[in-house]
Amino acid sequence: MNTKRLLTAVSASLAVAGLALAGPAQAKVEGDTIILGSAISFTGKYSTNGIHAKNGYDLGVKRINEMGGVKVGGKSYKLKVQYYDDESTPLRTAQLLERLVNQDGVKYFLGPYSSATTKAAAPIMEKYKVPMVEAEGASRSLFNKGYKYLFAVLSTSEQYLASTISLAAEVAEKNGKKPSDVKIAMAFENDPFSLDVRAGVLEDAKKFNMKVVIDDKMPRDLNDISSTLTKVKALKPDVLLLSGHSKGAATAARQIKEMKIDTPMIAVTHCEAAKIVAKFGASTNGYLCPTQWAETLSYKGKYFGSAADYDKTFKKTYDGYKNVPYQAAQASASVLVWKEAFEKANSFDTDKVRDAIASIEFETFYGPIKFAPEGNNLGKPMVLRQIQKGAFNVVAPSKYASHPLAWPRKPEE
Amino acid sequence: MWDNISILTAAPVFNIQLILDGLFIGATFALAAYGLALVWGVMNVKNLAQGDFVITGGYIAWWLGKQGIHPLWGMPISIVVMFGFGWLVYITIIRRVIDKDLFTSLLATFGLAIVMAQALNLMFGPEVQTAESDYAVRSYFNNSVTVADIKLIAFALCGVLAVVVVLFMKNSRMGQAIRATAQDPRAARVMGIDTDKVYAFTYALNAAICGAAGALISMIWVIQPFYGIGHAIRAFVIVTAAGFGNLPGVILAGLGLGVMEQYGGFVLGAEFQQATVVGLLVAVLIWRQIEMRRHRQVVQ
Repeated sequence: MNTKRLLTAVSASLAVAGLALAGPAQAKVEGDTIILGSAISFTGKYSTNGIHAKNGYDLGVKRINEMGGVKVGGKSYKLKVQYYDDESTPLRTAQLLERLVNQDGVKYFLGPYSSATTKAAAPIMEKYKVPMVEAEGASRSLFNKGYKYLFAVLSTSEQYLASTISLAAEVAEKNGKKPSDVKIAMAFENDPFSLDVRAGVLEDAKKFNMKVVIDDKMPRDLNDISSTLTKVKALKPDVLLLSGHSKGAATAARQIKEMKIDTPMIAVTHCEAAKIVAKFGASTNGYLCPTQWAETLSYKGKYFGSAADYDKTFKKTYDGYKNVPYQAAQASASVLVWKEAFEKANSFDTDKVRDAIASIEFETFYGPIKFAPEGNNLGKPMVLRQIQKGAFNVVAPSKYASHPLAWPRKPEE
Repeated sequence: MWDNISILTAAPVFNIQLILDGLFIGATFALAAYGLALVWGVMNVKNLAQGDFVITGGYIAWWLGKQGIHPLWGMPISIVVMFGFGWLVYITIIRRVIDKDLFTSLLATFGLAIVMAQALNLMFGPEVQTAESDYAVRSYFNNSVTVADIKLIAFALCGVLAVVVVLFMKNSRMGQAIRATAQDPRAARVMGIDTDKVYAFTYALNAAICGAAGALISMIWVIQPFYGIGHAIRAFVIVTAAGFGNLPGVILAGLGLGVMEQYGGFVLGAEFQQATVVGLLVAVLIWRQIEMRRHRQVVQ
């Protein structure tokens, strides 16, 4: 009886060990399916954009599978994403990624939503030497730590508002003033993303020797910036720059309207996400809004066609979208990177795939993709759109501009 | 910092903007703080969910606004709904912790705050929302001072609500019962007052007051599911400074806090606007401590 028990125990433990060994090896490529893993926000404060990103991932996967999947070693594989909800908390992101690697055996990753959660993800990727192509973490601190397994298709945060500065310099010169006469007022939320945006602005302002007259940092519970705006009234700057995610954009738009702020040039991040045009109407006319991507841009690629084509496909696939958020577009683009990389590497070896990602260079509906050694995308610039009669029109950089800049802004037109 | 102060001395007109904005928002702070003082004074429950009651009230007005009801009409509805909600919370949660130690009621209301914030987030999403009154904005002094009509209306409504609550507490049977219970619950019970009902009513009344404050805040500021904590802290600062049972004190402290916040934001920068609130709380506590020590020495 004792031997019988021993036998059972031994065979059971062998079976467990076998499962543990077999599990990961099979899980990353199950039959003819390659599993990509992602811990992303379906609940909590990032849930809106987290779900946009998930829709983007799913659409990218769907398109690639429809087009015949990924060909590695002469065989066709389908893509599939295994999701977990990180509840918008970085700690949870890290736990779930560990779980995806250790228990689910996933070896290829798509990013979470937000810089904060991506910051938690990057060290895990390094630890297990598994690559992640992310689309939603723009903080520049992600790309100055020497991470080797993190790649991002989007432009980094310090580029968000920097182009406004050169635009302001252009306007000043056109009006016979010196760029160094330009007075800048700015208010940024006290969080890593917005402070990166600020750093980019300061760098460019220094180049033109412009004067920063207001440099406020807004708190996390951002429900009032009227005291900053009172300062704007007093000091009459030429440019007003604001960044504090959607909540900052909504708060700013409301109070700029209520306090009748008449600064000739105003730039705000996250205009679309905060739906300020629908909420605050004509008072938002003339706002400059940076965007990663717009469906009116002339980008083109072989998977989705042009940016406009992607826009159409997305709206057809998902109900309830009047505008396609750029968060979704860049998520789809990051799935395309995986397809290109697997085929270039022609292998499932994580290091070979990683090297393939680092060296790919291709055009997409989202813009050109080519990674810097630090992992950020060098190919694609940040675009500046202006709200003109309720529509978002590209005004900078001039290469892609569809409309001229309206200056000074006239709110009630 | 000195640059900003020199703006205020060189162009004093901007002081008017700061003071007005501070008074308008301060009035809603005072309202929420009065509710807190009531619950604290009568039931000895420190309601950490106070801010979330305010935000919930705001969401009710905002949601009704989306259905086509003007948010100003949404306010009375918000008051009624929140009254019912407060009663429900009392029956399900507060009644069970009211005679337990302080820590239990703190934990219970803290838990309630988290659940409420997450529920709002699930129902309405994490975006910042504003209820639009579509009233005009007036400008004075060559556009240096702007006053939105809705802020004036909200200020007046705060005043009206405060008067109504005071009259109610003074003259109605329930108001008298509440005051009696606050003084000595055992004696009140002996006199035939159903203190359990008094507690339920007090808690519900507090929720209703928060509902009103929240509806006004959704019209003059912005709301978001996780903004409750800021409002809870403000209410605690005000009550700590003024003491409960001291309505004029609460009103003064509320308005003063509103103005201080605006000046803090202007002079020190927006990053210190809310820090001003917490800084004030520390200052008030230190001052209280010194005062009490002096008092103790006198007694000795």
